[in-house]
Amino acid sequence: MSGVRVLVGTRKGAFVLTADGKRKGWKVDGPHFGGWEVYHIKGSPADPNRIYASQTTGWHGQVIQRSNDGGQNWEPLDNKFLYEGEPGTHKWYDGTPRPFEFKRVWHLEPWPNDPDAVYAGVEDAAIFRSTDGGHSWNELPGLRGHKSAPDWQPGAGGMCLHTIIIDPSNPQRIFVAISAAGAFRSDDAGKTWRPINRGLKSEGIPDPDAEVGHCVHRIAMHTSRPNVLFMQKHWDVMRSDDAGESWQEVSGNLPSDFGFPIDVHPHEPNTIYVVPIKSDSEHYPPDGKLRVYRSRNGGNEWEALTSGLPQSDCYLNVLRDAMAVDGLDPAGVYFGTSGGQVYASADAGDSWAPIVRDLPAVLSVEVQTLQ
Amino acid sequence: MIRVVLPAHLRKLAQVGGEVQLDVQGPPTQRSVLDALEASYPMLRGTIRDHVSQERRAFIRFFACEQDLSHDPPDTPLPEAVAKGTEPFLVVGAVAGG
Repeated sequence: MSGVRVLVGTRKGAFVLTADGKRKGWKVDGPHFGGWEVYHIKGSPADPNRIYASQTTGWHGQVIQRSNDGGQNWEPLDNKFLYEGEPGTHKWYDGTPRPFEFKRVWHLEPWPNDPDAVYAGVEDAAIFRSTDGGHSWNELPGLRGHKSAPDWQPGAGGMCLHTIIIDPSNPQRIFVAISAAGAFRSDDAGKTWRPINRGLKSEGIPDPDAEVGHCVHRIAMHTSRPNVLFMQKHWDVMRSDDAGESWQEVSGNLPSDFGFPIDVHPHEPNTIYVVPIKSDSEHYPPDGKLRVYRSRNGGNEWEALTSGLPQSDCYLNVLRDAMAVDGLDPAGVYFGTSGGQVYASADAGDSWAPIVRDLPAVLSVEVQTLQ
Repeated sequence: MIRVVLPAHLRKLAQVGGEVQLDVQGPPTQRSVLDALEASYPMLRGTIRDHVSQERRAFIRFFACEQDLSHDPPDTPLPEAVAKGTEPFLVVGAVAGG
């Protein structure tokens, strides 16, 4: 009997939500690490019982946790994230240089075929890798050492590396995204990197060909088409058909092209999902209506998905790592909100229902499809 | 035997219930007590002091015998009552919130 396990990171701990393949009756387990912020929690594709979690507080800093039994028991691992060599500087909000300083892990990306290999995207922006199941971490310094790094500036949430995508057809190729530096690609397993931001237009950047400085909120890829990328930028929904070499806007008829998450249908590589947010100064949905928008043709033409979602007086946000899709058929789509709801659709977005309504503010949602 | 009281988050992380008791060689100092604490509970490394500089994290304070020892040099001997085990060494999370 197939099933799903939804991994939810919140401002006050982690929660594990499980259901069978019908995705109707849910078991809620948690909080794990109660009182700590859990920026991200994600399972290994190679071993679904292996789960990694990033746990932080302002008092005690970073903790990395690992479960080997599907999230029932946890073991704290190495939390030493040391930049390789001289930290160097980036630009602060006022444009002055500021040393890179590790603050927290935003995103954990387990390697597709090795449960002991996992990447970590951190603030201040850098990428780390563990090949021993999280017992030690080493930076891949080529990214932070890129010639553009002294010009990187933080977004409002900090200068975070929040997206890591590994090309399943070519493990040498890795995509990352940094707020507010932009997207980068490595073709040599993380040794060297180059910006892939051609075609992005960002208000406030006078140079239309600026190599960096773009506030990329999220990138998504379908595993069957690793050269096709979809991006939710600060403003604008974008698409690349050449692995990031160039980008075209596909915002089309969206009521707002500001937002945070973007994801791809598990079986239809041209079907994508976003959650429009009114603006960067308001951070809630347009018209007080929580609507997921779906495009079935890779962007530009979007339909509102509203069944089961609040269509009045709704003023919450959905953060960049807080949307996920399962691998079942029909596809499941999930997202969590700053109001503590986790919504699920078992019919590819046609209808929605909350799994839980009153969790702490949701920071991340991942889902594992269990056989 | 040195007695150490941890804040709730760290008690849970270290999976200890109440006070922690540590053997410390020589006159106890902040440094020697925290070294012994981290040796017994490696998951606490980096959560009280910075991994590299070994400086106290900004929102952590150290108290003992009704004194704030947070700004004492790390090799200053702790009060005699702590050394004798009659008073605990307190690791405190700074009060935050409204």
